[in-house]
Amino acid sequence: MTGRTMALLLNEEQRMLKDAAREFLSGHAPLTQLRKLRDQRDPLGYCPETWRAMVELGWTGILVPEAEGGLAFGHVGMGQILEEGGRTLTASPLFATAVLGVSALVLAGSEAQRSALLPAIVAGELTLAPAFDESPRHDPQAVATHLRPQGDGFVLDGVKRFVPDGHSADRLLVSARLGETGRIALALVERSAPGVEVQRVVMADSRNSAEIHFQSVQLAAGDLLSGVEDAADTLLRLFEIGNVHLAAELLGLSLEMFEQTVEYLNTRKQFGVLIGSYQGLQHRAAHLYSELELLKSLVLKALQALDTDAAETPRLASLAKAKAGEIATLATNEAVQMHGGVGMTDELDIGFFLKRARVAEQLYGDHRYHLQRYAALCGY
Amino acid sequence: MADLEQFRRETRAWLEANCPRSMREPVVEFEDRCWGGTKWQFVSDDQKRWLEVMAERGWTAPDWPAEYGGGGLSKEETRVLREEMQRINARVPLFSMGLSMIGPALLKYGSEALKRQHIPNIVQGRIWWCQGYSEPNYGSDLAGLQTRCEDRGDHFIVNGQKVWTSYADRADWMFCLVRTDPEAPKHAGISLVLFDMNTPGVTVKPIRLISGKSPFCETFLDNVRVEKDQLVGELNRGWELATYLLTHEREMIGSIGQSNVDARLHPHAIEQLGLDRGQLADSALRTDIARWEMDQRAFELTAERITDEATAGQGVGAASSTLKYAGTEINKRRHELLVAIHGQRGLAWEGDAYDHGIIASQWLRTKGNSIEGGTSEIQLNIIAKRILGLGRA
Repeated sequence: MTGRTMALLLNEEQRMLKDAAREFLSGHAPLTQLRKLRDQRDPLGYCPETWRAMVELGWTGILVPEAEGGLAFGHVGMGQILEEGGRTLTASPLFATAVLGVSALVLAGSEAQRSALLPAIVAGELTLAPAFDESPRHDPQAVATHLRPQGDGFVLDGVKRFVPDGHSADRLLVSARLGETGRIALALVERSAPGVEVQRVVMADSRNSAEIHFQSVQLAAGDLLSGVEDAADTLLRLFEIGNVHLAAELLGLSLEMFEQTVEYLNTRKQFGVLIGSYQGLQHRAAHLYSELELLKSLVLKALQALDTDAAETPRLASLAKAKAGEIATLATNEAVQMHGGVGMTDELDIGFFLKRARVAEQLYGDHRYHLQRYAALCGY
Repeated sequence: MADLEQFRRETRAWLEANCPRSMREPVVEFEDRCWGGTKWQFVSDDQKRWLEVMAERGWTAPDWPAEYGGGGLSKEETRVLREEMQRINARVPLFSMGLSMIGPALLKYGSEALKRQHIPNIVQGRIWWCQGYSEPNYGSDLAGLQTRCEDRGDHFIVNGQKVWTSYADRADWMFCLVRTDPEAPKHAGISLVLFDMNTPGVTVKPIRLISGKSPFCETFLDNVRVEKDQLVGELNRGWELATYLLTHEREMIGSIGQSNVDARLHPHAIEQLGLDRGQLADSALRTDIARWEMDQRAFELTAERITDEATAGQGVGAASSTLKYAGTEINKRRHELLVAIHGQRGLAWEGDAYDHGIIASQWLRTKGNSIEGGTSEIQLNIIAKRILGLGRA
């Protein structure tokens, strides 16, 4: 069948999941939760009760195959939760553990690793942190962290920066060069292992991040995800998965900003009339609406591509992340400007969205990076 | 679903057998797209044959009722047909305002006699329809139009002037907005009438554009007799039809980016600039092209998604304004970039070596995309008011 088999729509189950996610997140983990975590300088950086509830809702198992105790619900389903999470900016291990950690195990884990770790993740007993980037601007080639063979195992040395959940996750998923081969390996490292030094980095968005130094960390052979096989392609696919889900989050974030702004235009009066009656603001809002419609389609198509492993996936992932980065920047900047002075105050939530938009865009590459990558993938 | 699969198989086989090879090539020139009508000169036997075989099945208008000559297909079958045509890059056999505008309006609002008179001719591509909407002083403010239509007992007499009438010099009939009640509020005194362009008193004058082409005309109407049975819908209720037709027009103009032409820009850039270590030498242009291809892909997917939503009974109204706004702005950017890719060559105006200035002339033509059928600013007004609810009270 070469006809277009999948409509660009959510199916009934995906829609129900999206509705349930919105209800849960807005009811139990609204933005006030992140604000409180920030104001109290919470050491964990997320609310454990909320995370427990997410586990009970089955969200940790959405990308896990049924054989390993998961729901096998796919990326389109998971993307809806990320999108809704973009509206509430809920802090949780969901992205690092249930999206990237699970995907790494499903893509490259051995039988033993999968059967030991996936059920633990599903049950909420294990969290992971992807320790990939080493430089402030995303560069997948720049991996200086290395693994030196020693006896039956390996010794790990290097530095990872801006690791999501790096200071809170149980285990770290570390990309490193393997010996002298130049191949990429993915290693599972206990955060509490000797030689691992974790420094929490407080970011503008108040979400978890850390800088991690590895000094002669001893690993067993079984700690490597694909053994000594080159995991470079796995790592690239993990970045693509991460970027599509970040695009979904940025879509939700942008929609929330847009809706709050339109609401404000329909409430705020100046010169005796609603400011939304001014064409200068109407056209900017309508332009943003049109851009959001375009973004929605790219995000959904990229999520579907991940589920069907379509040949176009790498290109769609970059297009979705690039557009999401651009539009989230536009949506949050317009939100501040159209709210006027009050948009600059910490009392309003807009600042949280503005900050999160930039952090989420920079993670795994901003729109400039992804436009360049798209061009390279197309051969120009 | 099993029936649909069978329909797909049969359609695929039929298209394979009946769509001429040359009708699977990308559309390049205006005439490559068949508009039909009595004055149409087919560019090839294939073009003629392709129209005939498709029209015979009613597949020029696949989802119109079979009793008026349409294809009688369901929405799902229509989609399958469209997909199967896209699969082999088949050209649309007929492209006309009859199909995209007045036909749908007649099916929805026209009398039984009007349907029987006009719909089969539209399906068969026998009549080229043009649209009498804008007037010299009434463009964006279309509802202010002043072309008078007076009741003379057994017929109407129409006087006035239309402008921007697409291809009025090649058209056979006009659907025309006229003022039938000058006393009523402006939206409440408009009607829609149909007449033959050969009627005495109709004078057409092509308008030369910056592109050097003349796709539009001025149309002068001087005591033009219109039969009473050529009134569409009710007297003075024409504005409802006008907005219905404008929706279809927006969809048509907005869909320019979705034709079977390969819209990607980077093959042109590679051809013109060459690659240096796998990359275009001009990195700023490279980024501009990538950003454009991102938006083009997003637009194509959005058109697809909105169609899917409509088929599933979801979706918001006024989607055509979003598509029209985004599609035309993206198409304008495409042609700005094409000129940039070709450099000074893209601005050549004459000469065999420069394809007779086709790049420049197409670039200039696109400037009208965001004006015709309601300007971009009008579309933004519609989105702001109808979708976002701004500016009430």
